[in-house]
Order: sequence, then C-alpha cells, then structure tokens
Amino acid sequence: MMAVLILIASVATLCMFFVSYCRSLVASSSRHPLSAEVRDVTGIRTVAAAADYARVVQLLRLCPDRREDRTGLKAVGIYYSWLTAVRRMLAWMAPSLRSWTEHEQACCAYFAAVALDRRIAHNREMLAQQAGL
Amino acid sequence: MPGSIDLSIWFLGTAFELMFVVCSLARRSFLRYFFLNLYLLISTSVSIGRFLILWRYGGQGSNQYMYFYYYSDALLTLTLFGALISLYSRVFGELRTGEYVKWGAVFLLLGTAGFSYAVVAQSAQRLSTGFAYELSQNLYFVGLVLTYILWGAVLKLRETRTRLVQIILSLGLYFSGYAASYALMNLSWKFSIIRYLCPVLGCFLPLSWSITMLRNSEEARLAPAQLVAVPR
Repeated sequence: MMAVLILIASVATLCMFFVSYCRSLVASSSRHPLSAEVRDVTGIRTVAAAADYARVVQLLRLCPDRREDRTGLKAVGIYYSWLTAVRRMLAWMAPSLRSWTEHEQACCAYFAAVALDRRIAHNREMLAQQAGL
Repeated sequence: MPGSIDLSIWFLGTAFELMFVVCSLARRSFLRYFFLNLYLLISTSVSIGRFLILWRYGGQGSNQYMYFYYYSDALLTLTLFGALISLYSRVFGELRTGEYVKWGAVFLLLGTAGFSYAVVAQSAQRLSTGFAYELSQNLYFVGLVLTYILWGAVLKLRETRTRLVQIILSLGLYFSGYAASYALMNLSWKFSIIRYLCPVLGCFLPLSWSITMLRNSEEARLAPAQLVAVPR
C-alpha cells in the first residue's frame, strides 16, 4: 500500500518536473523570430499550430544535422508524444486539458521551426566557408 | 560480476560524470558550480573504486565490496546534499539569507544523522555499516523533499537564470524518478527491466547537467511564467 502511494506521488512529481523541464527548453526559443524563408516553407506565420509539428520535423529530417540541437529536439519530441498521449487518454475528462495540450504542442512546433531556421543558417554558413576555400 | 548491460550503463554513467566536469571547465564555470563538480568527481572516483574492488575481490556479495559500497554511498549522498545546499545558496543568494541556509543545512544534517543513529542503535550488530546505510537512505529522502521545496522557491522568487533552473529541474526529475523506481522495485521486483531503472537514472543526471552547461551560458535568462504548466 505504502509503495503504491509513493509510486503515485513520485510519478505525479516526475510529470510535473518533466513538463517544467521541457517548457524551459521550449522557452529558450520562444523569443527567436523566424526568418521569412522558414515561415514560407513551414507555413507558420506568427503563431505555430499543434499540427505544424509533424511537417516541421519532416523538413528537419531533410536538412543536414546540427549537433547542438540534437538532444533538445529529442527531448521536445518525447514531450510532444507525451502530450499526444495525455490528450488522447485524459482530454475527455477535462476539456481544458485539450486546449492546454494543443497550446503546448504548438510551442513544440515553434521550437522545431527555430531549430530548422538555425540549421539552414548553419548549413549556409558552411557552404559559404567551402566556397571561400 | 555484473552483466554486460550493467557494466555498459556503469561505464556510460561514469563517462557522463566526467563529461560534466570537462564541460564546466571548458565553460569556465567550475568554481561557480564547485559542489556539483565535487559531487560528480567523487562519484567518478567511487565508480572506479567499486569497479577495482569488484575486479579484485570477486562478486558483489564479497565483504570488501559491501563495505566499500555502503560507506561510499553515504559519502555520495552527503556530497549530493552539499550540492543541493549550494543550489539553495544560489537561489536565495540575492535575499542575503546565506547564513540561514548554511545553519539550516547543518541542523538538518545533524538531525538526520541523530535520527539515523537512534534507529541503528537499537540493533547492536554492525553499527557503523548500519549507520552508513541508514544515513544514506534518510538523507536521500531529505534531499528529495528539499528539491521540491527549492523548486517551489524558484517559482515563488521568479528565478530567471536558465542554467540554474534547468539544473534544479534535472535534480527534481532524478529524485522523482529514483523514488518511482524504488517503489516499482518494491511492487514488482521480479521484472528484470526495473532493476536497470536506477542506474539509467544515474546516467541521466550528469548527462542533463552537461547539456545544460553546454547549451546555456551563465547570462541566459528565461521568463518564469513559461515554466509553470498552468499560467497564473
């Protein structure tokens, strides 16, 4: 009985810390403005939508990898999947949860779009360096 | 001897611990996060020491390994406690409450040691080993509670330093995960996959600290409102 109580309490706090940790990752890119090219290619104007995430991730896969954002993207990917699972399982209980998960997923999409923007800029810089040689 | 999966996780964890020290040296933050570095340096030395003892004296059931394991575990928990208190000092630094935090930590440590001694004193057998084990367990629980309180203080004081916030969040994730895996082990110890949870979590903490150190500069800031799940 005691182990069950500890398990429930620790899983609840684990979820709380996980959400806050992922939010702190996502928040780091929320102020970064998207370039016009990325806005065109992703279809994101000013605010991203939850559904944009899959499309942005597909675009990220087409772009050569950048080591710096690999772990952040993985963590946010896990967070996105976790939010999808929460929405599917619990949204029928609390309708407000649906809008909250959608908002969070939209932030994940924006984070991925910023990563795409940085990758494009990085690759362009590499190409310019190679051309200079 | 542990199996190949155990050994892989063990080596990976030790490598991540060293990685954090290297990252903080490279980012010129070694002294700023001295107690975190000290904890991970001691943890690396303990890992190497345990491996050497295991190699020399055979299985994990040997007396030498058991003694070394419990004493080193108590030492690690003490340094982790020190690291946690150093985070408290940083969060409360601007309120000039450093002295209170220091004395509070000393009282908490003495109280936990006294309680552990009182529990162990009732059984006279192997007093020192029992004390090391009990102190480690109790201090771990105190650390868990202190991390939750620290997170509450971070939100209340509207802490904006990205590095500090992410280091505390990683610690919170680590402690919560540890408590959950212990509870799971008590419930269903027969599933072998559960026994890998604790060592994997041991890898997670230095890895996430290293990523934080690499990704964010000391000047990086974030809006505190973005951290809470439900905006206030």
